[in-house]
Amino acid sequence: MDAKTVRLVTVGHRNRTWTVAGLAIPAVFLGWFFIYPVTTIIVKGLSGGDGSPLETIVSVLGRGSVRRIVWFTLWQATVSTLLTLIVALPATWVMAHRTFRGKETLRALLLVPFVLPTVVVGAAFTFALGPEGPLGVDLRRTVWAILIAHVFYNVPIVIRTVGSFWERIPEELTHAARTLGESPLRTFLRVTLPLLRPALAAASAIVFLLTFTSFGVILILGDLGHSTLEVEIWRQATGLLRFEVAAVLALAQLTVVGVALAFYTRYERTKSVRFTGSRISSAHPFARGRDRRIGVGILVVTVGGLIGPILVLFRTAFRVDGAWTTDAFTSLSTRASTAGLFVPPSEALANTARFSTAAVVIAVGIGAMIAVVLTRARPRVATLFDTVVMLPLGTSAVTIGFGMLVALDRPIDLRTSWILLPIAHALVAIPFVVRSMTPALRSISTDIRAAAATLGASPREIWRRIEFPIVKGAVIIGAAFATAISVGEFGATSFLVRPDRPTLPIAIFRLLGQPGSINQAQAAALATILVGIVAVVAFILQRSGDRGEQL
Amino acid sequence: MKHRIATLTAITLIAAACSTGTGATTTVSDTMDPSGSSTTTAPIPAPQKVVVMTHDSFAISDATLAAFTEQTGIKVELLPSADAGTMVSQAVLTKDNPLADVIYGFDNTFLSRVLEEDLLVPYTSANVEALDPSLLLDTTGRATPVDFSDVCLNIDKSAFVSTPPPTTLLDLTKPAYRSMTVVENPTTSSPGLAFLLATIETFGETGNYTWKDYWAGLVDNDVSIAAGWSEAYWGEFSAASEGTRPIVVSYASSPPAEVIFASEPLDEAPTAVITDGCFRQIEFVGVVNGAARPTAGEAFVDFMTDVLFQEDIPLNMFVFPANMDATLPPEFVEFTTLPADPVMMDQDRIAENRERWLDEWLELVR
Repeated sequence: MDAKTVRLVTVGHRNRTWTVAGLAIPAVFLGWFFIYPVTTIIVKGLSGGDGSPLETIVSVLGRGSVRRIVWFTLWQATVSTLLTLIVALPATWVMAHRTFRGKETLRALLLVPFVLPTVVVGAAFTFALGPEGPLGVDLRRTVWAILIAHVFYNVPIVIRTVGSFWERIPEELTHAARTLGESPLRTFLRVTLPLLRPALAAASAIVFLLTFTSFGVILILGDLGHSTLEVEIWRQATGLLRFEVAAVLALAQLTVVGVALAFYTRYERTKSVRFTGSRISSAHPFARGRDRRIGVGILVVTVGGLIGPILVLFRTAFRVDGAWTTDAFTSLSTRASTAGLFVPPSEALANTARFSTAAVVIAVGIGAMIAVVLTRARPRVATLFDTVVMLPLGTSAVTIGFGMLVALDRPIDLRTSWILLPIAHALVAIPFVVRSMTPALRSISTDIRAAAATLGASPREIWRRIEFPIVKGAVIIGAAFATAISVGEFGATSFLVRPDRPTLPIAIFRLLGQPGSINQAQAAALATILVGIVAVVAFILQRSGDRGEQL
Repeated sequence: MKHRIATLTAITLIAAACSTGTGATTTVSDTMDPSGSSTTTAPIPAPQKVVVMTHDSFAISDATLAAFTEQTGIKVELLPSADAGTMVSQAVLTKDNPLADVIYGFDNTFLSRVLEEDLLVPYTSANVEALDPSLLLDTTGRATPVDFSDVCLNIDKSAFVSTPPPTTLLDLTKPAYRSMTVVENPTTSSPGLAFLLATIETFGETGNYTWKDYWAGLVDNDVSIAAGWSEAYWGEFSAASEGTRPIVVSYASSPPAEVIFASEPLDEAPTAVITDGCFRQIEFVGVVNGAARPTAGEAFVDFMTDVLFQEDIPLNMFVFPANMDATLPPEFVEFTTLPADPVMMDQDRIAENRERWLDEWLELVR
């Protein structure tokens, strides 16, 4: 949408109050729960140093070790993002352009890696990357281990976010280019890639931020010599209690993320081709022969890589002391066997359900308002929102968690309120909701609405018949992402003082902190349940979403 | 447009409404509420609750906490944090407006910092006489020891049937034990740090053979360094995983835990403790400086150091009670070997040198 139409829409709108509310509510939310806490903790940290805040910044950034950490963080995030894109694109193409039995189930399963705790699949990775693993080389505790794990965790994000965009690019376009004599490569580079750019840029931005702030993977699989900002902030703040160093690192992290995001939004605005595409997916069954062989081959390789660690997890859950059993599951409701957890693990399930429901409602509510702002507001406002919304993804969990703790005691003391958890989860989930909703909202072109109005449709009818079906599908994709994020969130959760009892990931972590084989099996059982919840929620949401699209 | 935003606003309002509906904090024990009880003739004045900040390993029987409420009329509200380091950080950051009345679970590696930051006020419990005097590290009377545990090398007994197991720290550098040991990274793990401190205290910083020489020896002997306890124990320790290393840095209480948490009943622990070079971790409690309910806090410190609570500690937290009158559960008596002479290090020395040692360690192993 260009600047002129935006202004037309905004100015021509009859009820400005709602527009202002749509801007104000997300602004207050982000301001109160993100910008204010993060600013407070950084200022507090900096002022605790020996010299002035500026001297602290200069002296910390002057250390060679700190510069190495900043550089390595950037490097590994960039390389991880590129590798993820390369690995994900073939499978994305198959998922976008071919239909096959079990595709919907597969798509739902793609959300699973999201919630797999690193501490649980760490063993699977250690095996896979060891000398006896499928790769046949010992990559344990090398930079490759980090990169491979990052690809594992993020390929599904690319397949999902780019896939839904790609399937709307009619194959006729590429066929036309081929007919005109272009090679497949040139067709991809000259036709497909430019059309895909906005989706690729959005997916890359998310993957970059997630890998930039990656924690468990770096800690568990990385080598000793390489630390990232996220790990170092945590170590300085909670291990050494050097808040001034942590604050400088947090500031560095925010700066890099801010610059990267500014670059990205600028790129998106100037370079992307506005192409809403066909509403109807152009996917069709495999053609016999080469098409099927290549397509199935791509899927088998990609899905095989994604499913391996999950199978290892299932095996741990169902196999206790060399025998197949469901003991780990049946014992979950008893606390007797779970020291260190304080409650029966089944209670963690109830906590997770409660927190996640609240988090999804908040994330979808606020996220939808932001998506509307992004598609309707003036470009400058939209860009600002776009950047701020993404920032929490690139901010360390320690910064957010500790920030909330020092800042949110006034006017209402929320520091020990249970609502902080869903809010923190929502902060991380909102970028996903916004990213999955904006393309859909953009596809509701002004022309369609104007045409409908000319034909005599009331605003209510336009909403019901045109806008709602599109929005509904988008909301559902966003809700699925939000569920997966909230159910699996570990970082920020662990840095909030929890008045309520543990969530599933926290319970898993606690169980794995104890010796005894039943504790390990129960941890795997809980992780299996976690996987199940996400798969089922994603599947249900997806089915209702598809029905919505067909309306 | 109008309707869309109206719907979204409604969703947000529902979310906000939910937030006030479910109660803000967990009350672990609410069996007794003196203010609401009609049998109380003279109403007990406030305080009626105590807020206890703990690390995430805190656990105790519900019945024990209920007994406290019964005895005192004070309800216990727990604020579990993450690990001890995170908890201390949170307490330091919120000291102008404290979250809790009592803070429990900081150990001797954080003790200096807690005292230096003035997080606690002096309080000496009447039970202090019964506590093991070697644990009373704070001479200012603010931090009271509650429990202790020893970070010790554990071995997989099945791996040492034909060959003798190692008995000293130095053994781990010998060719017979090559590629057998897994330790935790001290920069990211609490038992890892304890083990590093044990090696520094044992081998010293000066002389012919320092802790640095020892670690060079470990590295030469192909020691594996895992991120944390879970990765070492569940990922590489041969007694607990498909890993190949039969020697791991864990706790003196790990063997009884192996028995208690076995899937099938066991007659003996599959693992054992090497008593050389064990580092003693002592966990403390204190009344928070600026607490809203200091009297209730003091009552809870008394309760935590009393026999009832102390005897409930081992099977819930897998650490040893500080109170010498507390009887240990049979599993602890049967399957644990407590080191006669554990390594202790002055907490001020830890606080002063921790960062430097960790940097130097990183240089040695990277």
